[in-house]
Amino acid sequence: MSPLLQALLRTLAAVALLLVNGVVLILMLRKVLARLHLRLGPTRVGPWGVLQTVADVFKLLTKEDFRPSGADKWLFRLAPVLVFVPSFMAYLPLALSDTWRFSDLDTGVLFVLAAGSLVPIGILMAGWGSNAKWSLLGGLRAAGQQIAYEIPLMLSVLGPVMFAGSLNVAAIVNAQRGVWLGVIPRWFVLPQLVGFVIFAIAGQAETSQTPFDMSEAESELITGFANEYSGMRFGFMFLAEFSNMFVVSALGVTLFFGGWLVPWADRNPLALALGPAVFMLKTYLGIAVMMWVRGTLPRVRVDQLLAFSWKTLIPVSLAWTVLSALVMRAVNL
Amino acid sequence: MSDIGRIGPSTGVVPTEGAHRIPVLPRGLRRAPSGIDEVATEHLIVNMGPQHPSTHGVLHILLELDGEVVVAAEASLGYLHRGIEKLVEHRRYHQIGTLLDRADYVSGLHSETALAMAVESLAGIEVPEKAQWIRSLVMEVNRITSHMLWLGTFGLDLGAMAPFLYTMREREALLDILEAITGSRMMFNYVRPGGVLADLPAGIGVALDTFLATFDGYMDEYDTLLGGNEIFVERVRGVGVIDATTATAFGMTGACLRAAGVDYDVRKAAPYAAYAHVEFEVPLGTVGDCWDRYAVRMEELRWAGRLIRQLLDGMPEGDHTAKVPKGLRPPAGESYAAVESPRGELGIHLVSDGSDRPYRMRLRSPAYFNLAVIDEALSGGLVADAVATLGSLDIVLGEIDR
Repeated sequence: MSPLLQALLRTLAAVALLLVNGVVLILMLRKVLARLHLRLGPTRVGPWGVLQTVADVFKLLTKEDFRPSGADKWLFRLAPVLVFVPSFMAYLPLALSDTWRFSDLDTGVLFVLAAGSLVPIGILMAGWGSNAKWSLLGGLRAAGQQIAYEIPLMLSVLGPVMFAGSLNVAAIVNAQRGVWLGVIPRWFVLPQLVGFVIFAIAGQAETSQTPFDMSEAESELITGFANEYSGMRFGFMFLAEFSNMFVVSALGVTLFFGGWLVPWADRNPLALALGPAVFMLKTYLGIAVMMWVRGTLPRVRVDQLLAFSWKTLIPVSLAWTVLSALVMRAVNL
Repeated sequence: MSDIGRIGPSTGVVPTEGAHRIPVLPRGLRRAPSGIDEVATEHLIVNMGPQHPSTHGVLHILLELDGEVVVAAEASLGYLHRGIEKLVEHRRYHQIGTLLDRADYVSGLHSETALAMAVESLAGIEVPEKAQWIRSLVMEVNRITSHMLWLGTFGLDLGAMAPFLYTMREREALLDILEAITGSRMMFNYVRPGGVLADLPAGIGVALDTFLATFDGYMDEYDTLLGGNEIFVERVRGVGVIDATTATAFGMTGACLRAAGVDYDVRKAAPYAAYAHVEFEVPLGTVGDCWDRYAVRMEELRWAGRLIRQLLDGMPEGDHTAKVPKGLRPPAGESYAAVESPRGELGIHLVSDGSDRPYRMRLRSPAYFNLAVIDEALSGGLVADAVATLGSLDIVLGEIDR
């Protein structure tokens, strides 16, 4: 197969995964939240409401593509693309197993984070281009939040990267094979527990979910930056949100929970063959926890959010990075 | 103040100088305590509402913002005005209750009782003991349904989705009970001049017992879910402070006033219905911030549960209503009756000219006075604080706009 065709097919596979994820995650969010809220969620469209998301997509497709008068034409139109494309790009370095991967980037982790940090530009464009005050407030909030939480997210990732000695996701996962003391799986979550907690908090903020859903903040800014959007332009922003959730959870599984490895059986060929399924299961469990947090907690205030990041999260993650580097050097892990 | 805000649907035309300008806010440019005063930035005027998820109906607030800091706030009312006070002048005394249900649609039984008391004092009707106890009972049930709605929406305002769905569990259980008693879930028309529409149906004691058996446990759950949550506490403590002086100056009543530490509850100050025969405490706050208003209402909920128990146990025998003629013609005169509705002192001032219809009725709606304070309460806070404070005031627009 020519390399070009191969690259094309791999990209298409990533697109397919993203779309399937979107459909499944939207239904999952509804069902998980319903479970937390003493209600049923969708039940009418298809058995157990499984076709609800499909119906929603059709609704969005048939809606008028509305642009407010006075909105900046190009910014308004480009913003959904700029929100959606990076969230898709972040899929490319991910590896579902040793052989199931979209690309083999040696800077995979860096690439995921870099793609993620493009999203606030799109959100800012949407907020500014809509020429609406509430949207603008939402866009500005998103920019401030994203900058504040990008730093602890990057720092928390450094721990596993140092342990594995590589930015390649497959190398990081393979470094987590084996056991400590004969029983405990060598997952980086144990030595990097503090790093993982920082990653989880920053990840929740990165995906703009309650308690950090500043840019949307329904009860304050209505829907924030997405106020003036309708139809599939809104649909793309919505999809990007779910795709970001998947990326953050997948990154967490890769860095801290041994990726596709089955504990105590990480050299068993059958377990390795089931790798992609194991990886998806772990990722979806992570997403379920994120949804659980989302359904339970109130929202923090924007100044508290920023103060928490700059005054607590960043110093702690800096100190933790230095500490884990020193310890690693001392015991020659 | 150079920003141009357009009211109404977009016309696609850029407003020229002077056209469609938002009226200048009364308190004008005020210095925001944001700590970045030296940076001169343009203030932004935004319309919060009438279509906004946190204005609890169709309230329209003009917010003057310096960044995210609220500099001034002005409420623009009347989107839900139905002219209830005027309509009443063309209704017989028995027909008024159904309109008042639609004024404060969250706790109709309180306004009905205030009306019945005003009519009874005009016409000199003696209300049977049992009717008084039933009134207190249904009002306390109604208080729980109202406070539960407030608790849920307050959580929503702060971004917590879960409590709203949980409070609906209690609210639905009690609305079912109210439906069994009155025949309607919200538009009751149950308390009539002279007594109540019908006696309590059989089995209502058992239904309420079943509810009360789990109520305290569920209240603890809410206290854990919201009051025990660090994020919630950080969002409400010290936010939207309305001190006792301000609260009394603005004529605030109800939980908003008691949160500031002022001990005024109509049930204690001028006991009506059966409140003189039951024992209860009036919870008070200290500083009057959102937390105090939350805590006071949470205590009131627990007390409402205990009151229901006492009222059930002490329910006397007898008639549920006095004999009142259908075409009631009270003698010319005036009367005022007030009840402690979930939002505060709800008063009805009736003027009779001796005919079968009131000459004038005035509804003193507590939320109207509680809302008047928003400029003081919101200024200096962030937009998120404005939403929290507004939610803690527990407004019902149907009653404010009438």
